[in-house]
This record gives sequence, structure tokens and C-alpha cells, in this order.
Amino acid sequence: MGRVSGQNCLVANDWICWDYVTSRSQELTDATVEHVWITGASVLIGLVVSVPLALLARRGRRWSAPVLTFTTLLYTVPSLAMFSLLLPVFGLSAALVVTGLVLYSLTILVRNALAGLEAVPEEVREAARGMGYGPGRLLWQVELPLALPALLAGVRIATVSTVALTTVGSIVGKGGLGNLIAPAVNSSFKAQVLTASVLCVLLALVADLLLLGLQRLLTPWTRAGVRPAGRAKGA
Amino acid sequence: MGVAAGAWEWLASGANWSGENGVWHRLGEHVYVSGLALAIACAIALPVGLYLGHLGRGGTLAVNVSNAGRAVPVFAVLALFMVSPLRNAGYLPTVAALVLFAVPPLLTNAYVGMRGVDRSVVEAARGMGMSGGQLFWRVELPLARGLVMTGLRSGSVQVIATATIAAMVGQGGLGRIITAGFNTYNTPQVVAGALLVAALALLVEGVLVAAERLLPRTGAHR
Repeated sequence: MGRVSGQNCLVANDWICWDYVTSRSQELTDATVEHVWITGASVLIGLVVSVPLALLARRGRRWSAPVLTFTTLLYTVPSLAMFSLLLPVFGLSAALVVTGLVLYSLTILVRNALAGLEAVPEEVREAARGMGYGPGRLLWQVELPLALPALLAGVRIATVSTVALTTVGSIVGKGGLGNLIAPAVNSSFKAQVLTASVLCVLLALVADLLLLGLQRLLTPWTRAGVRPAGRAKGA
Repeated sequence: MGVAAGAWEWLASGANWSGENGVWHRLGEHVYVSGLALAIACAIALPVGLYLGHLGRGGTLAVNVSNAGRAVPVFAVLALFMVSPLRNAGYLPTVAALVLFAVPPLLTNAYVGMRGVDRSVVEAARGMGMSGGQLFWRVELPLARGLVMTGLRSGSVQVIATATIAAMVGQGGLGRIITAGFNTYNTPQVVAGALLVAALALLVEGVLVAAERLLPRTGAHR
């Protein structure tokens, strides 16, 4: 009802209020931009850190057990505690939130990177070695491309959960859209809580779709109907 | 380590354990809220997930539900509840938000556990003339139990860790010890709060592992 005339929906504190969106568009844009770059930076750094960790874990049980235990334990640290505990190290900065989110993303990314690397058939490795591939070239040109589907699946999951977790960063004032949600709870500003929450979910969905597109673009072979690897295993 | 010693000192001081903001009260709230949320989430997710897995239908739904669940921030859900009339309903906003958080992974895990049962075993049981119900209770459920219990354990740890977020909207639980320490720049108290949450999570995980061992095995091993 309040949407019909002027500023009424802001006064009436309606859930849905277009006037809110238009009058605070700058604030909403800034928060969304912050949200996107915090999430993006966290997942990218997480990816860069997780591949070497997965390579380490692949060396055998002596390495994989501690790496996987550590990255799994990280995920059980409450986000509120994680951000609070990093405060003495980083102060009230975005680096604090990014560091916490990188640590959380490792749980999923390391696991998927490892699964991807371990799924590379031994014959393929043998063939590459027989063709004279060194360890570095084997990794870059054979193993990583073959591990890409699993790795990208991990990136999708990590991105979606990171978008959601970024909101908790509002405890140090760097939570992207969470920064709009926290004060609006105290003042019971319904439109602001709902708009910021919906934007947050939309952001996660858009990121997921974009990454799905990237996945299809980078690994076109996974869409071909028959998977020879699966058949070979059954035989 | 000054902070670790400080945290220990904080935990050792009896004054921090009593009263409305004391550890006992906050711990009680935390256990109540996460326990209730987990019980409700299991009551919803397990029957649906197990039954869908038994039927072998709704796989896309079961998997997508957990993906979609991940995209919804608990903090935002809690905030939405707190600006709705639910705000005056005691612990209900926190419990409801945690149920919404816990159902998707539990459901997916139950489904995946049931589908992971060796198809040849299921076919053999059918061939022996087992009815749908017998197949479900005597073959699929015992074989899927390991995976379902693993999902339940990780779900419990997640719910206990996530229940701290309630403090961000002024609701009770151990998170309040963390936020109170945060607001007064009392790092030892923050560490103490985090340790309490971690200890509770580990304790519950241990109890669930023990419960799983004590439950009678139905003879079926993978």
C-alpha cells in the first residue's frame, strides 16, 4: 500500500519499499561492490593456497591426514569467533574478513582439488611421462586440466558459501551487505534488512550461474555423454 | 602467549560463570537452542531424505536444496526474523534460523547415503521377495547408517558453531561472551568464548560417535 504515494513506505516501515531502493541506491551499490570484492578476493586467494596444499596432501597419508584435519577443523571455528580472534592481528580492516573467509574456503577447495588430482588416471600420467613430460609440465598441462572439473565444482560451492559468510564481517564493519543488515536490525528498518538480504542471495545465485558458465566453457569435454574413464574402471 | 594465559584466567574466574551473562547461563541457552534446532531439523530432513533415497526419486531436488541452502546467510535470516513479530518470541528466531540452516545438508546427506547403497544388494533383497518396507528397514537403512550419521555429526558441529551468530542480533548463547569481549576489547574473553564453543562442539561430536558405537549393529557391513 505504502508504495503508491511518495515517502510513505519509508514512514510506514514496509517490508518492500521501492523508495528505499531509489533513495539509498548509492549505499546499496557501495555495499554490493564491497561484498563482491571481498568474496572474490577470498575465493581467489583460497584457490591459490589450496592447490599447493592439495599437492602436499597427495604425497601420501602422512601429509594428507594433517592437511585435511586442519582444513576441516578450521570450518568448525565459529565465524564470529574467527573474525574476533583475527582482530588483534589485522585491526578493523577488510584484510581481516578476507583472511577469515580464505581459511573457511580451504575446507572445500583443498578437498575438491585433492579429489580432482587423485582422479587423474595413472595411465595418463604414465603416458605423459613416457612422452618426456617433466613434473612441472605434467602438473600444468596434464594433471591440473584433468582436475579442473572437480576444482571448479569446489570453487562454486566455496563462492556461494563465502557470499553468505561475508555478511558476518559486519562485526568489524567490513561485511558488504551485512553492514546494512546489522544496524537495520537495531532500528527495526524492515525494508533495509529485506533488500540487503535479497541482494545477498541474488549475488550468490548470479555468482553460481557465472561460475557454471565458466565451468562449461573451460571443460567442454565433461558434457559429452559417455565418460570413458568410468567405463575403464568398471572393466 | 599472553592471550592464552588471559583466556585461561578468564575461564578460571568463578565470577565469569554466574549470572545472566555468565558461562553457565549462556551455555544452557546455547545447548537448548542448538539441541532443539537439531532435533526439529532431523525430524524434517531425515524422513524426507531417507524416503526420497529409498524411492530413488527427487535426486535433483535433494541435491539442489543443499546448494540453495548454502546461499542463504544465517545472519540475514536471523535479522529478518528479528524485525518481524517473531522478535518477541524468545529463542524462536534463533531456533527457526538454525533449522533452516541445518535441514538442507541433513536432507542431502540422508538421500546420498540411501542412494549409495550397493544396487546389487538392493536387487538381491528384492529378488528374495522383500517388500518395500522390509527393504527400507532391514537393508537400506542399516547400510546407509554410516553416511547418515556422518552427516548428522557434521551438521551438529555446524549448528553449534553457527548458533554463536545469534549474538549479533542480541539473542542468547555463547556468542554473547564473544561479542561482549569484542565490544570491550577484551581479547582473552573472546578466546575463552571461542574455546567454549569449540569444546561444546567436540563434546557433542564425541557423544554422537559413542552413541553410534553403542547402537546395535544389524549385522550388515559394507
